[in-house]
Amino acid sequence: MANFTPVSAAIGGALIGLSAVLLMLFDGRIAGISGILGGLLNPQTKDRAWRAAFVVGLIAAPVAAALAGYAVPVPQMPKSFITIAVAGLLVGFGTRLGSGCTSGHGICGIARRSPRSITATAIFMVTAIIVVALMRHVVGG
Amino acid sequence: MPTLASLLCGYIFGLGLLISGMVQPAKVLGFLDIFAARSGGWDPSLAVVMAVAVAVTSIGYALERYRKPLFDTPSHWPTATAIDGPLIAGAVLFGIGWGLVGLCPGPALENLATLSPGVIVFIIAMAIGMAAYNLWQSRAAAPVERDLASAPAADG
Repeated sequence: MANFTPVSAAIGGALIGLSAVLLMLFDGRIAGISGILGGLLNPQTKDRAWRAAFVVGLIAAPVAAALAGYAVPVPQMPKSFITIAVAGLLVGFGTRLGSGCTSGHGICGIARRSPRSITATAIFMVTAIIVVALMRHVVGG
Repeated sequence: MPTLASLLCGYIFGLGLLISGMVQPAKVLGFLDIFAARSGGWDPSLAVVMAVAVAVTSIGYALERYRKPLFDTPSHWPTATAIDGPLIAGAVLFGIGWGLVGLCPGPALENLATLSPGVIVFIIAMAIGMAAYNLWQSRAAAPVERDLASAPAADG
């Protein structure tokens, strides 16, 4: 477990939780990124301002950190743009079909003790673990 | 005020993803690769992030559940309860995409700040996937019910 970073993980997790609690306190909204973005991309959505503001804040965090001298990590992505595009399509369509992602189901939903969210989180976790196992230990092994 | 509050919440969320290291897809894949535990290479950090985030959110939500939001009424607390086909199929599709690259919607959006070409491709594809779902939903809904179909997602 050479890469395990429990302290920064706990601090980061606490901030994510704080954000979810504050968004419910102020706006009565669930901090689910796929729901926020999916609503923004739906022409029928009327409440765009808070959604757009959340996304701007999310992107502003690493920009501000970089300006303050913090080394923002460069994301390591697969070489194949086809793999990336297929993954993006699946994440976009799947999170909307399933009404949530790691934040909406995985954090907010489990915190609400929603059986729907607990089920969804278990399914996408296990599925992702199987995909990584296949790619790293079977196909790529 | 609700917009400003949301901006602040997005910023805190982004800070949390950044500090926890969850903006790095390689770190997320290091968690999902549980079979690396045999060689001592497994990284349980994501489990700690989720456990602490869920604990903090649980306490906050328990205090807030029956209060009116400060800047908006009514509350948008989710109401769906059925464990149905779309929930399961959607979670499977999302899980496949997440496992392929190690990016879920939050970190993907946040990584736009790095202007990484791979992230930009991912975001465009993800937006197309979401728009395709919206289109499919509005086509599936009968014309009379079309306004109801625009109701926001049940779980966030």
